[in-house]
Amino acid sequence: MSTPESTPVSNAPVLRMESVRKTFGGSVVLRDVDLEVAPHTVTALIGASGSGKSTLLRCANLLEEIDDGAIWLDGEEITDPRVDQDAVRRRIGVVFQAYNLFPHMTVLDNITLAPRRVHGVSRAEAEERARALLERLGLGGRADAYPDRLSGGQQQRVAIVRALAVRPRLLLLDEITAALDPELVGEVLDVVRGLKDEGMTMVLATHEMGFARDVADQVCFLDGGVVLERGSAEQVFGDPRQERTRRFLRRIVEAGRL
Amino acid sequence: MTVTKDESAREGADDKGDMTGGAGVPGDDYTPSERRLARERYTRARARRATAIAALSTLVTAAVLYLVVVDAPGWPRTKETFFSAHYAREAFPKVLEGLWLNVRLLLVCGAAVLVLGMLIAVARTLRGPVFFPLRVLAAAYTDFFRGLPLIINLMIVVLGVPALRLQGVTVDPVLLGGTALTLTYSAYVAEVFRAGIESVHPSQRAAARSLGLTNRQALRYVVLPQAVRRQVPPLLNDLVSLQKDTGLVSIGGAVDAVRAADIIVGRSLNYTPYIVAGLVFVALTIPMTRFTDWVTARMDRRRAQGGSL
Repeated sequence: MSTPESTPVSNAPVLRMESVRKTFGGSVVLRDVDLEVAPHTVTALIGASGSGKSTLLRCANLLEEIDDGAIWLDGEEITDPRVDQDAVRRRIGVVFQAYNLFPHMTVLDNITLAPRRVHGVSRAEAEERARALLERLGLGGRADAYPDRLSGGQQQRVAIVRALAVRPRLLLLDEITAALDPELVGEVLDVVRGLKDEGMTMVLATHEMGFARDVADQVCFLDGGVVLERGSAEQVFGDPRQERTRRFLRRIVEAGRL
Repeated sequence: MTVTKDESAREGADDKGDMTGGAGVPGDDYTPSERRLARERYTRARARRATAIAALSTLVTAAVLYLVVVDAPGWPRTKETFFSAHYAREAFPKVLEGLWLNVRLLLVCGAAVLVLGMLIAVARTLRGPVFFPLRVLAAAYTDFFRGLPLIINLMIVVLGVPALRLQGVTVDPVLLGGTALTLTYSAYVAEVFRAGIESVHPSQRAAARSLGLTNRQALRYVVLPQAVRRQVPPLLNDLVSLQKDTGLVSIGGAVDAVRAADIIVGRSLNYTPYIVAGLVFVALTIPMTRFTDWVTARMDRRRAQGGSL
């Protein structure tokens, strides 16, 4: 399966969404959403629960079929029904809020599953890379443990390694710290910072405003399925133009989360 | 861009969308784009093509099967011995009459099996030293009756027990046959229940116990409801199997569907009645199987929270 490993030197967006619309039953979850994610940048999606952040990520990964609009990955329209969805997903890594590790496999097997079964990497090579990644994320000793034996922060770092093991073009992070104890949040966010420094292109939905402000090149505030405001972290957090954004940020500050 | 007054406790997506991305038009002014329509046209065309291919392939397969069967040597003789319309007509009402016995056996044994199976499963999961003999007995019971061939079980109970000439013990082959079926099947069902109980994550029991529920209450209110729900498909599977095996009580002389067919075959030496009885059982099983599929599919749908995978 040789998907054109296009590594555009240009600044053509890795992910582009145009007028994306998604409904569940009668309710419109995403409405006319446009998004451009440039290579080696981090985009943070913020907004209240139910504003459509997670749905947007799931649409980008084709876990949800969009109703209208279109999505491009590296210039290829992936919402075209002729597209091989599996091939698209092979190029996108996802980390879920609830880790979604496979409980019946060791950490190492969790990580090497896709490289070996989908990408045809040899066991030795896949394990070597997995161990290297684990080492780098401070999980060197846990390769043979089962997920249930790990703390939440460790599990989430394993999930990140699992997503990275296939060398994705784009990494989607869906509220990856929402299920973690406060003291474990830091270790996971540090990993994401490290990935940013290495140039990984990421889109993340998050409630960690301080983190979003710190790490994001682009911040999108979603409200009722609409990207209500977007801009640099500085602009959105420092000088929001929309009343709703201001109100949202005020509540966050009151809750002591920024 | 409009900004409407709204209150803070808002749940995002469901506040009536008056934020149409800058247009500021209240309500949903959505019209499908050309892109969407083209996509839907393509998907429809693909579905039509798939249907056409399926129909053609089915037709060809059916034709080939037909030709192979009809051209096979000995087909006329097979047809007369197994598919005689005359004997089918004679056997059908008698077989149906006998089937009523099978259905009643199924209902009674099914209920008994579920209750007994549940009791055995629970006995096996009881903790505490007092229950040690109970646990051992339950384990021995399941080991024994799962291993014992049903036909031997039936012969011992249906043919052997009357030979004891015990006072107050029935010699009715239906009752005895039902007993034998219940013995074997409750062992199977007990294992299904036990697997279900053990598949409920320990954290559920921990949560229940930490609310102050006793072990028994935790089992009754938290573990068993989840276990049973999860085991519905394998349970129905066992019930379908039980339904067929009710035909085995005919070895004791009870006139069920199988026996009714057997009587005619013995007289005529034409085997059509067996086919009739067999088909009647199949016909009885199919609704049950479809029901199982439906239940399973519904449970899967509930568990998968959205997504098109």
